[in-house]
Amino acid sequence: MAIATETVGPGRAPLTPATIRNDRRKGDRVFRGFARGTGYATLVLLFLIGLFLFIEGWPAIHVAGWHFFTTSGFQTIGKTKHFGVEASLYGTVVVALVALAVGTPVAIATALFLTEYAPRRLRPFMIAVVDLAAAIPSVIYGLWAIYELQPNVVGISGWMSRHLSWIPIFKVATPQVNASLFIAGLVVGIMIVPIIASVTREVFSLTPPGEKEGALALGATRSAMIRRVVLPFGRGGMISAVMLGMGRALGETIAVVIILSESFFISPHILQSGGTTVAQLIAVHFGQGGRLGTQALLFAGLVLFAVTLAINLAASAIVSRSRSGAGVDL
Amino acid sequence: MTTLAPTSSSTAAPPLPPTPRRIGAPLRPRDFGWADAGILAASLLSSFLLVWVVFYQVTLLSGIFGFLLCWYAAFLALYWVVTTQVVDRQAATDRTATVVVVTGAFLVLGIVAFIVGWVTWKGVGHLHTNLFVKDMSHFVPADRNVLHQIGVLHAIVGTVEQVGIAAAIGVPVAVTTAVFLNEVGGRGTRIVRTVVTAMSGLPSIVAGVFVYSILVETSVSRYSGFLASLALFILILPSVTRTTEEVLRIVPGGLREASLALGASEFRTVWSVVLPTARSGMITASLLGIAIAVGETAPLIFTSFGNNNMNVNPFHGAQAALPLVLYDFVRQPQGALIDLAYATAFILLALVLILFVLARVLGRQRSTSGALRARLRSVLRPSARSGGSENPSPVGGRAGRPPLEILTVSPNPKEPLLP
Repeated sequence: MAIATETVGPGRAPLTPATIRNDRRKGDRVFRGFARGTGYATLVLLFLIGLFLFIEGWPAIHVAGWHFFTTSGFQTIGKTKHFGVEASLYGTVVVALVALAVGTPVAIATALFLTEYAPRRLRPFMIAVVDLAAAIPSVIYGLWAIYELQPNVVGISGWMSRHLSWIPIFKVATPQVNASLFIAGLVVGIMIVPIIASVTREVFSLTPPGEKEGALALGATRSAMIRRVVLPFGRGGMISAVMLGMGRALGETIAVVIILSESFFISPHILQSGGTTVAQLIAVHFGQGGRLGTQALLFAGLVLFAVTLAINLAASAIVSRSRSGAGVDL
Repeated sequence: MTTLAPTSSSTAAPPLPPTPRRIGAPLRPRDFGWADAGILAASLLSSFLLVWVVFYQVTLLSGIFGFLLCWYAAFLALYWVVTTQVVDRQAATDRTATVVVVTGAFLVLGIVAFIVGWVTWKGVGHLHTNLFVKDMSHFVPADRNVLHQIGVLHAIVGTVEQVGIAAAIGVPVAVTTAVFLNEVGGRGTRIVRTVVTAMSGLPSIVAGVFVYSILVETSVSRYSGFLASLALFILILPSVTRTTEEVLRIVPGGLREASLALGASEFRTVWSVVLPTARSGMITASLLGIAIAVGETAPLIFTSFGNNNMNVNPFHGAQAALPLVLYDFVRQPQGALIDLAYATAFILLALVLILFVLARVLGRQRSTSGALRARLRSVLRPSARSGGSENPSPVGGRAGRPPLEILTVSPNPKEPLLP
């Protein structure tokens, strides 16, 4: 405060150089410490999530051993205990892959539209719509999917199962094609469009204007400019966005539970009715299998947590190393 | 076409350089005239008819989605082929790519409009005053007249309480974390930022399972609305933190430096300069986080559990919530319940939409320079100056002096303030 009160005026003693102190006041130290502590609390929180799921879920692994990952089913009461997440992990991955196959092209087209094509006045509105799509509750997506989407999509499923059955994954063993992993993946694909679109939009908008204008000045059409400048520039960001979307797809619960009819068979026929995901296993069987069942579900939760965490960390590592990722936070 | 030399009209022209390759079409591929619109419409129509014949008459397929998909593919192919007849291939590819991008974006728009419109259309018809005044304590699943017996007031109360508590904990923690990341800095910011980013992708079901494992499984607590608040807190924390941090980042550094140079403490600078400047953005961030928390279903299964009766106390006993009730309705096979589900879905979606629109409207004043200008204007207004002491202004209001006097001393605006 010494600096602020010193004034220059006539008839005063010549100025003495003010001493600038670099030490912080006590209040500021408390403030810094508090803010830092709160920041570190999120680290502790993440650590606690892993720790508690591990501690509470471990007894189930004690019973099942590594067979937890090679068994499919949820039989935790009675003499023969038979439970594990193999089919659930498989279903989770299939749903996520279908979701990515459906969602990624639409999301990237949306991001390109928002950055390169949309008229300036339409842009804020379209961005708001994409954000709104992320805010619609998953239970409403599920309700919509089972009453509106599925009845209209089973036709495609049936057609693919009849005419494309030479591709192994489109073969079906039973004629039922509703409530399948494919349809669940379709819904999840719609749900992950906003997250992929918003991250890729941010990356695309960082493309250096000079390079874009250079391409156009050399005679490139807009689509050629996008293919040669915008997409290569944003590749790292797109990969991260897709991984982020995959993380969301892996963890999606409610919409999948509503669509998918549970079955513990691992089958490559994704159009066929039935399947299971880890999140669905947890949500559906919660409270059913006694104490051991709960422990098994908590460990399944840990598996889901670990997988999504790894994917998200990898995504942020990729984006921060890519050329386009310098200014982007996922 | 301006580059082509005039050839037909002038007779006494000097010997022409070899005629440039004729480009048969607009030089700028983006030029889009009536003829091009006609091609677009014709391609649309003819591909529609072609696919209709093949799809419904020849192969006897069904389902509107399949039809739309085939129509779209046929349209793209046809459009490209026809356009190459008029313009060169590059321009045709460009136009087809434009069509693809535009349809992708409008597909998203269409799906959102479809879902919102569908829920509204289905839900409004089944809205009933009972929904807002009754709970489900008289709930008999087989009752045909169920819509007139029960309501979802208990769920509305539960959702408001749970999300309210989650926001009351989550927003201050998130803002403090963002302040740590952006204002305090120092060791650990990188790892905290990475962890917050990773947490933003945490599956909502894991948050619920975690709260269950830490409190219910260890018999510390039974199901209650407060546990749901804790799970929702974990979910809104990362998104609000990251958005707030982004907003703090665009607060001009000059403001902070001015405040510090005037002798304000770091806390004072953050509290009275940085945060007020970023206020509108922070409100948007919080409201968006809350809007997403309102719709979360999965964590509630393990924490608030659901209850058919009204439970006003969030700290004791299982509690219902709107998404949870809706989830139960959707899984019941009865026909009457689906009407109830539509009505509940409409209430839930309306809640989300209101929060969303509110976030947009309150965050309209997005640019910091605008916020700054408004702030300066309020500080400089004479009326504001007389009452300046009760309104602790960040700049210069510390010693009870009229704030920012230095800006008003000089009578001649051209005279430099500094010698």
